[in-house]
Amino acid sequence: MLAGFLSFLRLVLGSLRDLAPILLVIAFFQIVVLQQPFPDLERIAVGVVLVMLGLTLFIQGLEMGLFPIGESMAHAFARKGSLAWLLGFAFCLGFGTTAAEPALIAVAAAAARAMSKSGVLPDDGAAQASYALGLRLTVAVSVGASLVLGVIRILKGWPVHTIIIGGYVIVVILTFLAPPEIIGVAYDSGGVTTSTVTVPLVAALGVGLASSIRGRNPLTDGFGLIAFASMFPMIFVMLYGMIA
Amino acid sequence: MTDFLHHLWNTALATGLDVAPIVAILAFFQIAVLRRRPPNLRRIVIGAVYVLIGLTLFLVGLEEALFPIGEIMARQLTDPAFLGVAAAEAGWRDYLWVYVFAAAIGFATTVAEPSLLAVALKAHQVSGGTVSVWGLRITVAIGVAFGVALGTYRIVTGTPLYWYIVGGYALLILQTWRAVRVAGDIVPLAYDSGGVTTSTVTVPLVAALGLGLASTIPGRSPAIDGFGLIAFASLFPMISVLGYADLAAWRKRRRAALGKDGAEEGRKPK
Repeated sequence: MLAGFLSFLRLVLGSLRDLAPILLVIAFFQIVVLQQPFPDLERIAVGVVLVMLGLTLFIQGLEMGLFPIGESMAHAFARKGSLAWLLGFAFCLGFGTTAAEPALIAVAAAAARAMSKSGVLPDDGAAQASYALGLRLTVAVSVGASLVLGVIRILKGWPVHTIIIGGYVIVVILTFLAPPEIIGVAYDSGGVTTSTVTVPLVAALGVGLASSIRGRNPLTDGFGLIAFASMFPMIFVMLYGMIA
Repeated sequence: MTDFLHHLWNTALATGLDVAPIVAILAFFQIAVLRRRPPNLRRIVIGAVYVLIGLTLFLVGLEEALFPIGEIMARQLTDPAFLGVAAAEAGWRDYLWVYVFAAAIGFATTVAEPSLLAVALKAHQVSGGTVSVWGLRITVAIGVAFGVALGTYRIVTGTPLYWYIVGGYALLILQTWRAVRVAGDIVPLAYDSGGVTTSTVTVPLVAALGLGLASTIPGRSPAIDGFGLIAFASLFPMISVLGYADLAAWRKRRRAALGKDGAEEGRKPK
């Protein structure tokens, strides 16, 4: 019991270390530069503690449950040899992990609020919630699709950079066609997807796959998947903005 | 207090729905396709409960702390009383502290990012020692700091986002072209360093900062101008890492060339 508590305490300290630089920079600006009273200080302090505890439990839970099972399944499918199941698993893995990504939940909610503030969306909770959900599902589908392409790429041995460059050319073309209010959200959603949940599982799939095929480098092939996962959402979210 | 508990409960329900698809997917593949019982089932279930509780607390804390902090900082840094000029007359130079704050947040969060350390160790290995661990961490952090600061400059001036992003990607493609010939192994790592900089804590805070700036600076719309900071934070590290790899490879070549010359010179007098 004591050992469990101590290891939990160590994890909380780890989260505190991740948050410390942010808190230091904000404290420095508040005390030295701004010198203004900070509103709602107690509420924010409680919130920071919640963020710290939440992140600790979340990562601990991922390491206990999802990561080992996800990694062993990624290895099992990479070795199973059935292409259809492998692609199906890759899509579901991308979709499922992105749907549960905390940073994406946060940004989708912020995007919906900004849209209704600017008059693009009607100002009621239901419209905002459905917009945020639509955005998240679009990003989740796009990450799933990017993993399918990434797996095909590893199997065929195509170079990463040709696909990346081609993808960015599509991003640039779509930028001129999509409505202006979706562009910022679309660009941001590329960076948001490659966060806590998605990266370890996706990297496990790439490394498992590359190490079970002869002549593939686990390092470069594992990383290529993540690069696709941050490019596809930009394309899909701009398409979503053009259709919606 | 009851309000708070109510909020907590609602968030927990919503989180349950968010986590449900991934649990369903893993269960389906485990039972229907792979047809085996996972080892340590009890541990996995406890882990899933932790994920649920942790995500709930994190999302509530996000609403209570990270979003308000970003908005408060944006409001106070753009306050006319702090700037010393009327908001309507302020030029982009008056917002100097906004750029400094953005750069400081970008730099501090990136240097401390644990996943960046893991990538840096791998990069050191792959490059055969030409890319040092601290060199890469500082390079990525400078890239993020510059990116976020440039992003806030863009919000202040209201210039279109795509100028910067399209320009940045054009530069990145040119660099990739070059790096593939000079140091091909570094390319995927450079792309990856863009992804690892945007951590779960940094993203909401930076998003709130951008939205806060866009709503307090006169003439900006949160929907059009408020986003883009995260995109900047993941684009510029790729550029700085490829630049750094190029520089490191060039220095290594020069050292090799100098070393050879030195050895020849050393031999001559004999």
